[in-house]
Amino acid sequence: MGQPDRPLSPHLQVYRPQLNSVMSISHRFTGLFLGVGALFLTCWLVSLAAGPAQYTIFHTWVVSVFGRVILLGWTFSLFYHLCNGIRHLFWDAGYGYELRTAFISGWGVLISSALLTGGLWLWVFFLGTRT
Amino acid sequence: MTRSVSLKSIKGFGSAKGGVHHWKMQRLTAIALVPLCVWLSVSIALLASADYETIVKWVAKPVVTTLLLLTIAALFFHLKLGLQIIIEDYVHSRQLRSLCLIGNVFVALVLAVVSATAVLRIAL
Repeated sequence: MGQPDRPLSPHLQVYRPQLNSVMSISHRFTGLFLGVGALFLTCWLVSLAAGPAQYTIFHTWVVSVFGRVILLGWTFSLFYHLCNGIRHLFWDAGYGYELRTAFISGWGVLISSALLTGGLWLWVFFLGTRT
Repeated sequence: MTRSVSLKSIKGFGSAKGGVHHWKMQRLTAIALVPLCVWLSVSIALLASADYETIVKWVAKPVVTTLLLLTIAALFFHLKLGLQIIIEDYVHSRQLRSLCLIGNVFVALVLAVVSATAVLRIAL
């Protein structure tokens, strides 16, 4: 039985990027990136269960420059996916479809995820220096 | 003019793919993950400079163990559902798509069980 090769998804490259389309694809990218973060979460828990020696190996990687940069990326991705996910839940419930509202909520998501990321890292930094 | 679609033009196109179950479960796990992710990121931030013993003691607290297990369940279910959509949208080769979809289920399930086992090993 022949299956015609029909296109399944919008072809991103034929549209001029705009806030809502860029935020939509970013939701996917951050979700994908957070999937790698979930693998990292598993590594953290397994290293904790394995013992202090194994945890040290994990911890050494986390506090390295590369580890911190990735962790910062995960923090932003988490907050972005979280805030934009809540935006999506409002859409699912039938609210916020007006163009103006969609733009406001879009910028709201970007600003709040940036603030939450910055806030959490500053908080960790000050907690670290206090103790 | 009839607006109905004849059966012969639908046959061979496969199912419409999107069952409402997938949609519902994606939203359900998303709602569950809102408080759980906030809790986990705040907790990890508080533990940022903690040593091994402190973190292990934290995981072993009954409330924390429970919340971690719930987070793991919701997280990997949500991840499986999200990756499934990405695979269905962008992997066009039928054979490769099937392989990816099967692999997606197995990887998500294995990671969830490994994570849960680690938490329980620490807690019990």
